[in-house]
Amino acid sequence: MQKRRIWGFFAAPGMLWLGLFFVVAFYAVISVGLGNINTLYQPIPHWNPLDWNVGYLVQAIESVIPGGQNWAVVVRSVIYITVAIIGALLIGYPVAYYASRHAGRWRGLVVVLLILPFWISYIMRMFAWTNLLAPEGYGSKVLSALSIDTLFSSLGLLDGTDWLGGQGITVIIALIYGYVPFFILPLFASLDRIDQRVIEAARDLGAPPPSSFWRVILPMSKPGILAGLVLVALPMAGDYYTQTLMSGSPSTSMIGNTINDYIQGGPDKSLGAAMTILLSVVLLFFMLYYLRSLRREQGEVAA
Amino acid sequence: MSAVPTEQAATSKPAQRPGFSLGNPWSKPRWLTGVTWVYILWSLLPVLLAIRVAFNEGRSRTAIDGWSLKWFFGDNSFSVFGDPALQDALTHSLLLAGLAMLIATPLGIMLAIGLQRWRGRGSGPANVVALLPLVTPELVFAVGLFLLFTTLLTTIGLGTTAQVIGHVTFSMSFVVVIVRGRLVTVGPDVEEAAADLGAPPLAVIWRVLLPLLAPAIAASLLIVFALSIDDFVVSQYLASGADTATVPMRIYAQARAAPLPSLNALATLMLLFTLLALVLAYVVFRFMTRGEKRGSAIEQIASIDSGGGR
Repeated sequence: MQKRRIWGFFAAPGMLWLGLFFVVAFYAVISVGLGNINTLYQPIPHWNPLDWNVGYLVQAIESVIPGGQNWAVVVRSVIYITVAIIGALLIGYPVAYYASRHAGRWRGLVVVLLILPFWISYIMRMFAWTNLLAPEGYGSKVLSALSIDTLFSSLGLLDGTDWLGGQGITVIIALIYGYVPFFILPLFASLDRIDQRVIEAARDLGAPPPSSFWRVILPMSKPGILAGLVLVALPMAGDYYTQTLMSGSPSTSMIGNTINDYIQGGPDKSLGAAMTILLSVVLLFFMLYYLRSLRREQGEVAA
Repeated sequence: MSAVPTEQAATSKPAQRPGFSLGNPWSKPRWLTGVTWVYILWSLLPVLLAIRVAFNEGRSRTAIDGWSLKWFFGDNSFSVFGDPALQDALTHSLLLAGLAMLIATPLGIMLAIGLQRWRGRGSGPANVVALLPLVTPELVFAVGLFLLFTTLLTTIGLGTTAQVIGHVTFSMSFVVVIVRGRLVTVGPDVEEAAADLGAPPLAVIWRVLLPLLAPAIAASLLIVFALSIDDFVVSQYLASGADTATVPMRIYAQARAAPLPSLNALATLMLLFTLLALVLAYVVFRFMTRGEKRGSAIEQIASIDSGGGR
C-alpha cells in the first residue's frame, strides 16, 4: 500500500503539468467556444458549464454544412487529405517494404535516410520547395523541361505555369512530401515484424509472389497501414502552414487555415474556438484509435 | 507522384509473366530498389539544395552561385550574424530548446516511473492523458494554450514563458515513451534485489533505477532539444512579438518574401543543431548501453518521433 502511493506521488508533478497545460487548456477552448464576446470582440470564456452559450457552436456547425460559408473549405480539406494519404501510401508502402525485407546490407543506411526527413524541421522542408518551385527555381525548370507543367495544365490540374501561384496540386504534392516519412515508419515496423517463414510457407504451398503479397503480406501489414493512416491524417487536419507556404491563395485554403485565420486574425476568436471543438470531436475517434494501438504495442513489448 | 502508376503495374504484372515461377522468387524485385532510391533522392535533394544555396556567393536563393560563408558570418547586415533579427531568432530558438529540455526531461522521467508502477484508481486516465499530446493535432493543442494564456493565465500571458511551457507540454510525452521503453528493457529484477537487501524505496530509485535509466535520460534531453528547436505551430501561437520569433517562424514569415540566402543559412544552422543533438543522443545511448543485448539503437531512437507528426 505504502509502496503504491509512492508511485502515484512520482507521477504527480507531470500529471499536474499536463492537467493544467493540456486538459485545462483544452477546457479553455470549450469555454471560449461556448462563451461570449465583449464590446471589443474579445472572447469572454464561460468556465461554468451552466452558462454555456451554444451560439458560436451553432454558427460553426452551420458554416461547415452544405450551403455554409466554410463548406467549400471542408470539402477541399477532405479531398486534399484523402488524395495525399493515398499518395503517401502508394509511395510509402513499396519503400517500407524494400527497407524492411530487401535492403540487405544497405538496410542500416536506408533506414537512416528514411528517418532523416522527419528530423528536419517541416518548415525547412517546405521552405526548400518554395525555392525550387519559384519561377526561376531548379524544380520549375526541371518540370518544365520534362513538359510536366504542360501535361498537368492540359489535364486541368495546373493553372498556368507558376507552381506556387495558388495551385491545389502543389499543396497536395507538398502534403505528400511532408508526411510520407511519418507513414513509412509504422509501415516499416509492421512489415519488419512479419515472420519470413510465413511468406516462405505461402510460397511453398504454391502461392506465386503476387498472391502471397495480396493474401499474406498485405493483410498482415494492415495494422501498420492503419496506424500510418491515422498518424498522417491527424496533423494534416490541423495543417495550415503547408498551404500558406506553397500557395497562400484562399482558393486552396484548408480547415486549418480557417481556424488559424479566426484565432490569429480577426475578431472571431470565439468562432475559431468553436471550430476547433468541432475538429477535435471529428478527430477524437482517430486519436483514441491510434492511442489504443500504441498501447497495445507497448503491452506486447512489456509481455 | 510519377512513380505511382508503375508501382501498381509492377505489383500485378509478375503474375501474368510466363515462366516467372521458374525464376528465383526470392530475388530482389528491381523496381522496389528503384522506387526506394528515387524516393530517398526526392525526399532529401530539395533540402540539400537549400543548404547548398546558403553557401552562395551571390544573392540568388533559387540557383547555385559560387561558394562563400558570407550569408553566415559576412559583415553585411544581411548575414545571419549581421542581421539582428536572424541572430535573435537563432538565440531565441536555442534558449527555448535549452529550457524545454531541462524542464521536460525530469518531469517526464518522474511521470514515466510513476505511470509504470502506479496501479490504482486513476492510473488508466492518467496513462491516456500522458500520451494524448502525442496524437493531438498541433493546431488544436496550440489554440488551447493560446486561449489559456490569453483568458485564464493572463499573468503569464504570451511570450517566452508561454512558449517554454508549450514546448515542455508536448515534448514531455516523448520523454515518457522513451523512459518507459527503457524501464521495460531494464525490468524489475535489479530493483527488487536492492529492495530485498534492505534499501529504502528512495535509495532504490536514486542509486539503482536512475543509473539504469541514464541512457534514456540522455536520449530524452537531446530529443526534447531537437523537438523544440524544430517546432513551429506552438512557438507561433504563443509568441508575443518580433523578439519571441524562433527560427522556423522567421523562415515561415520570409520564405516567400525576402529572397536572400541568409534565410537558407539560418535554416542550415538550425538543421545543424538538430542533427548534432540527434547524433549525440545516438552516440551517448550506444555508449551507455554498450555490452547490453538490444535491438538496433538507431531504430529505437528513430521510432520515438512516430507519435509526433510535426
